[in-house]
Amino acid sequence: MKCRVCRGPAVIDVPRHNANFCAEHFLRLCRDQTRKAIEQFAMIAPGERVLVAVSGGKDSLALWQLLHELGHEADGLYIGLGIGSGPKGRPSGDVGYSDVSGAHVRTFAAERGYRLIEIDVREEHGFDIPTAAAVTRRVPCSSCGLTKRHLFDRAALDGGYDVVATGHNLDDEAAVLFGNVLHWDTDYLARQAPVLPAGNGFPRKVKPLVRLAERETAAYCVLAGIDYQVEECPLAAGNRHLGYKDLLEQAERRSPGTKHAFYFGFLERAAELLRAGAALRAEDLGRCTSCGAPTAEGTCAFCRLQTRVGAAAPAGPVEVPTPVMVRR
Amino acid sequence: MKILLRNPRREVEVRGPRSVAGVLNDLAIERSSVLVIRNGTLVPGDEMLADDDVIEIRPVISGGMGAPGRAS
Repeated sequence: MKCRVCRGPAVIDVPRHNANFCAEHFLRLCRDQTRKAIEQFAMIAPGERVLVAVSGGKDSLALWQLLHELGHEADGLYIGLGIGSGPKGRPSGDVGYSDVSGAHVRTFAAERGYRLIEIDVREEHGFDIPTAAAVTRRVPCSSCGLTKRHLFDRAALDGGYDVVATGHNLDDEAAVLFGNVLHWDTDYLARQAPVLPAGNGFPRKVKPLVRLAERETAAYCVLAGIDYQVEECPLAAGNRHLGYKDLLEQAERRSPGTKHAFYFGFLERAAELLRAGAALRAEDLGRCTSCGAPTAEGTCAFCRLQTRVGAAAPAGPVEVPTPVMVRR
Repeated sequence: MKILLRNPRREVEVRGPRSVAGVLNDLAIERSSVLVIRNGTLVPGDEMLADDDVIEIRPVISGGMGAPGRAS
């Protein structure tokens, strides 16, 4: 296998580009694709302050480093969600999923001198994601996504950041699109875009990795020396999103480039048509009577969740049957 | 060779020499959904792996997406 650029030994194949790359030129490809996405969708202007939502996984850490490599001023925000951690009585030395994720983020930031902001939902809001899932009887990803969106928005506005950047990659976006199309959820389809402009009390949100597939962000991390949380979130196992990814991956194997064509075809040909109706409804948003966040109800979904979990939860965190990560 | 697998974390032994593609085939793992790592760097599919190599086969799929909505 030879690198398409230099003809030296390749370390990775990228079937959707019908090409192989050496480490140096693959890293350059990732930078170029990220820069292209930022420019193509006018995500970040020169000099703007970026808040990167970091989880300790491959995508968010890769994004944080890529933004710095491209010359952007980017700080990280990590939210401790209390997943697979906290309950007493575990053997000494064992730590939970969120503990491991947080450690990866802190080490990454410290080694590079990046500024990291942390929020612990248990300490600051009195609940964690396993408890929220148990009380609401909904899939954990629902409470998790709601909590993260709310806290990222607020931290960005409070901190004076111009934009929130998340590590959603091409596979993520194609899978979300696939799910929304299967259910013809036109409200979600109208909001699915690589850039959500600021307004109505929300900061601008951008997804600079939409031109990179999941395997490519993972490979970027390995080749760039980024030590990330490899283990899957124990609460995400078997969720619908992973099922959609699996179906799209089967199509991609048969016809490389399918995910890119699906997602970017949607952006080019359908997204604008769906956005017109949604824009009218967005003007109806008011402000949460408790925290001031934008909401269509009197109290926003995050404050309702916090109140509900706080009223129903036991004194300590809920133990869920999750794999234990052993500290190496 | 010693092979580290993830999600869940476990180790298996495979006799070498064997190509990366051959090892993945033996383990019924689709190459497009993993990275093969040796000594901290990626190993392409046509590379031969020695009997004394230590390899990690790392999945690249991650989930845990919240609903993609925006307004709270």
